[in-house]
Amino acid sequence: MKKPELLVTPVSPVNGEELIKAGATALLIGEEAYGLRLAGEFNREDVKETVRIAHKHGVKVYVAVNALFHNDMLNGLPDYIKFLSEANVDAVVFGDPGVLMTVRETAPDMKLHWNTETTATNWYTANYWGRKGAKRAVLARELNMDAILEIKENAEVEIEVQVQGMTCMFQSRRTLLGNYMEFQGKDLKVEGRSKDRSLYLHDPEREAKYPVWEDKNGTHIMSPKDICIIDELEELLEGKIDSLKIDGILKDGDYLVKATKLYRQAIDLYFEDPDQYDEKREYFLDEIKKIQPPNRDVDTGFFFKETVY
Amino acid sequence: MEKTAVKSAEGKRVITKKPELLAPAGNLEKLKIAVHYGADAVFIGGREFGLRSNAGNFSMEEMAEGVQFAKKYGARIYVTTNIFAHNENMEGLEEYLKGIEEAGVAGIIVADPLIIEACKRAAPKLEIHLSTQQSLTNWQAVKFWKEEGLERVVLAREVGLQEMLEMKKNVDIEIETFIHGAMCIAYSGRCVLSNHMTARDSNRGGCCQSCRWDYFLYEDGEDMTSSEALFAETDSPFAMSPKDLNLIESIPKLVEAGIDSLKIEGRMKSIHYVATVVSVYRKVIDAYCADPDNFKIKREWLEELAKCANRPAAPAFFENTPGYKEQMFGIHGEKPAYDFAGLVLDYDPETEIVTLQQRNFFRPGDEVEFFGPEIDNFTQKVDKLWDEKGRELDAARHPLQIVKFKAEKPVYRNNMMRKGAF
Repeated sequence: MKKPELLVTPVSPVNGEELIKAGATALLIGEEAYGLRLAGEFNREDVKETVRIAHKHGVKVYVAVNALFHNDMLNGLPDYIKFLSEANVDAVVFGDPGVLMTVRETAPDMKLHWNTETTATNWYTANYWGRKGAKRAVLARELNMDAILEIKENAEVEIEVQVQGMTCMFQSRRTLLGNYMEFQGKDLKVEGRSKDRSLYLHDPEREAKYPVWEDKNGTHIMSPKDICIIDELEELLEGKIDSLKIDGILKDGDYLVKATKLYRQAIDLYFEDPDQYDEKREYFLDEIKKIQPPNRDVDTGFFFKETVY
Repeated sequence: MEKTAVKSAEGKRVITKKPELLAPAGNLEKLKIAVHYGADAVFIGGREFGLRSNAGNFSMEEMAEGVQFAKKYGARIYVTTNIFAHNENMEGLEEYLKGIEEAGVAGIIVADPLIIEACKRAAPKLEIHLSTQQSLTNWQAVKFWKEEGLERVVLAREVGLQEMLEMKKNVDIEIETFIHGAMCIAYSGRCVLSNHMTARDSNRGGCCQSCRWDYFLYEDGEDMTSSEALFAETDSPFAMSPKDLNLIESIPKLVEAGIDSLKIEGRMKSIHYVATVVSVYRKVIDAYCADPDNFKIKREWLEELAKCANRPAAPAFFENTPGYKEQMFGIHGEKPAYDFAGLVLDYDPETEIVTLQQRNFFRPGDEVEFFGPEIDNFTQKVDKLWDEKGRELDAARHPLQIVKFKAEKPVYRNNMMRKGAF
């Protein structure tokens, strides 16, 4: 049985190298002008540097170009895609068909991963994007384990699933934090709205805290807890999911190294001896809980949850 | 692009290609009212595969009846099938689409490629329109969907006039855009607040509108063990509720831009709302196209629209990025200024007696206003009031009760009567 890729989002090229040493086999990077909700900001030099480091270790580098593009954002896109192609990145992650069109025109050999975050919810549509040129579909985080496995069974593309970290619940083009501050007459500086401050929305009814920030792509509201299924990996591994992702948004590099090491150990242990993994699952979960920031609890997201409509 | 304007005999410019006025309808009654009041097309939901699971929605028989009714007016019916499907939703899809096609529906509004492809296979006569759920924001993406064989795309609510013009310039495809009604504040299809907060799938019709709730903005301390509210309890809480979209004053720009379909939101709204909004936009579009160079927006149109509004309105992204003034803080919608009081069933020109179906309490002495496609609005006081059997009433108290009184001017079946809400 083949081990899945362990995909992690570094905060910097140096952190990328640390993650590779910790056991990551692929890195997802990018910059805010083209990609959404990234753990770190990678300019073109950083992309080249990360590719150089990663390829030396046989590790893949994917670049997020998954913003919702407005016409004016298309202007710089062909040049960026061309750059990524020349920099030898291993795939471009897209959600907007406008990116697909641009890649076809400027770098037809570039591999594509389809990731709209919320709308990859059935295997037919995953395969549809496969026929349009995607090699991989990144599944919506709102799916449960049975749905994920059914998609994988029927998929003609690689399937990527997030196993650790925060997920996005909401993206608005509006500057909702800035608007609120302005309404209150307490206009804070632009950096006051940024990721560097730990702002969150409190929902007293659910006693939940939703991280929130603004950037070029608008306002983002994140899940109240981090997904963590380090203790529930067997179905994904037996189901031959192609890539397991640790999303590092709003985490520091040190945390990511530790989380990556733990997932590396857990996956390797399962492949060596499933019984030992079974015995140590509580240990892995406890270790993750130990490194969680004090204000961030973990849960299993939608993996074991039913949703109605 | 086809020619959209000609010179009339008097040398006046006249717009020959009017945009389609597209109205919502949650049930058959609303569909008929929308068409009767001037909609060129109506979008409805079926029993499956659509969002708004709380709207009445149509059985196949009702769809067919709606199509037949619309046909008499030359109006088209579209069906929303715009969920993002999960594996379990695939079953029955093709039969469902065939049923829609057989009902004579003109097209479906779709977000998920699964349903697009199923429609091409199973119901090829249906036009395919891309739903706003796909958050379509650039011309390259428009081109993609054109190459996929779609007849029409509905733009994201975040797209402005300038962007629409660029899309029109770059791609030859029908473009539909929202002009009026409530809006998502998130990019459509990219919000799962409901999934997290209430375990209801927002992209399959379960949205609980949690973006309209109040929240409190906090900041965590450096050590992330303590946190602090950024505003006092007496301040208005953090809110994301957008004002409703209203582009009535921008209709000339939309017509000149050659936008093909202008869409009114609101399958959950009442027949009074649909009638009011549709009739006002009908008048504006017709007046502009008949004489664009001398067109002026009339104050009475704006006032008429305000009569059914339950939120303040704003032009959203049409020409700028909306700021805080286009959101609502500390308010959660308001009661409309007018109540729908009665639907005209009959009018006798000899006795001048109108027969109405009561839709809200009213009594003799109340000032009421009649409106409808055949008449100019007029107000009058209700004089003596009778029930169906001619017994005098002190008030029309019961919903759907049949009542009669003397109208001061002629009215027609399906005209409506409203009164100020106090």
